[in-house]
Amino acid sequence: MAKIHVTTTINGAPTEFLCDPNQTLLDVLRDNLGLTGSKEGCGSGDCGACSVMVDDRLVCSCLVLAPEAEGMKIDTIEGMADGDKLHPLQKKFVEMAALQCGICTPGFLVASKALLAKNPNPTETEVRYWLAGNLCRCTGYDKIINAVMEVAAEMRGAANA
Amino acid sequence: MSEIQYRTAKNIKEAVTLMAAAKGKGYILAGGTDLLVQMKAGTREPGTIIDVKKIPEMVRITEKGGAFTIGAATPAAVIGEHPTLRKAWPGVVEAINLIGSTQVQGRASAGGNLCNASPAADSVPALVAAGCVVRVQGPEGKRDIPVEEFNVGPGKTSLKPGEIVVSLTLPKRPKNASDAYLRLIPRTEMDIAVVGVGVSLAMKGDKVVDARVGLGAVAPTVLLVDKAAKALVGSTLDDAALDAAAQACSDACKPIDDKRGTVKYRTKIAGVLLKRAAMIARDRINGIEHRGHR
Repeated sequence: MAKIHVTTTINGAPTEFLCDPNQTLLDVLRDNLGLTGSKEGCGSGDCGACSVMVDDRLVCSCLVLAPEAEGMKIDTIEGMADGDKLHPLQKKFVEMAALQCGICTPGFLVASKALLAKNPNPTETEVRYWLAGNLCRCTGYDKIINAVMEVAAEMRGAANA
Repeated sequence: MSEIQYRTAKNIKEAVTLMAAAKGKGYILAGGTDLLVQMKAGTREPGTIIDVKKIPEMVRITEKGGAFTIGAATPAAVIGEHPTLRKAWPGVVEAINLIGSTQVQGRASAGGNLCNASPAADSVPALVAAGCVVRVQGPEGKRDIPVEEFNVGPGKTSLKPGEIVVSLTLPKRPKNASDAYLRLIPRTEMDIAVVGVGVSLAMKGDKVVDARVGLGAVAPTVLLVDKAAKALVGSTLDDAALDAAAQACSDACKPIDDKRGTVKYRTKIAGVLLKRAAMIARDRINGIEHRGHR
């Protein structure tokens, strides 16, 4: 099968890869580029473990074809921390035990960051609906929701300081 | 699958040419939230995948003389962020915004929801109530199809070989008009409608002067229920009119029994949702905001 050459930007870095016409963006991220932070849970857009940003829009990378990434801006969980410095959401997830096995965590973090960029002051209901496409079988969700609410308050405080 | 191709169309004409060249094995890629899942499941085996998201008119919303034209591949999230469209057609927008999760909303389109031709598609009852017209283009040129005639059975559209959906147009609104969409699902989010009802109303004072009703998930295709609309027109949405319209919706049902609902339950709920959706549309005309399902 003829490979397709794709030029894109991933976490701010110009990136090129070769892919099959029917390969998903998730498969390329994980298998071709070694960015294994995005997970494959269901592979059908139900679980959100593969959440990434494509041109600043939250999507499931298992439902994006890799050749579609041509000319686009992709942001994954690998771009969330600033070197060794964790993003406030990552820090708070650790502090408040908003994870157990961790498989769903990258997806929750990417999705939560997207929410706070759009809505810095969400209600608990808004957080729950926004994250309804991210499934977690460990936490029962409360700790995740609490962590996101906490970070939202902290980030608003920092912005006002 | 070995000879599968991915092509990006730069304009509608090129997309139509690629579809014709694919000889029945061409599939349009809009959001891909159905197509990619179906490819993985092996229920669709494209020869050529034709990405139409680089075609400007496929992914934009335009307003002309009060009518809105939504490009067929415009993501649901973009539709939900359009202020004047939301104001004119809150029911259509809430229906489109009920398709899947936030992640799915970032990709899924109204054109795709229509072409997937599920009887339970959330956007379609609201589009039927709105009197939406589907613009199609193919090897023989363009044609317009009323949305209620677009699908002919579960998974089956009235598209001819080589035809693609370009856009969906919602007509100009008279004053004092609004719409609403309600669906019933067994959970609060992320599920498929047991019944879905779209209602569009125009009123003069407290009287309904025009109405359309779309009914989903209770028949092989989404239904336009003229009898329900007729029962509402001329009324003040009093109990007698609402009861008659609800009965018309229940009478129109030809549902199946499945894990989500029985024939009896779906038939009853169709009437209940009709009443509630009509009252929400009226409230919206009177300036009372409704958050719909959220």
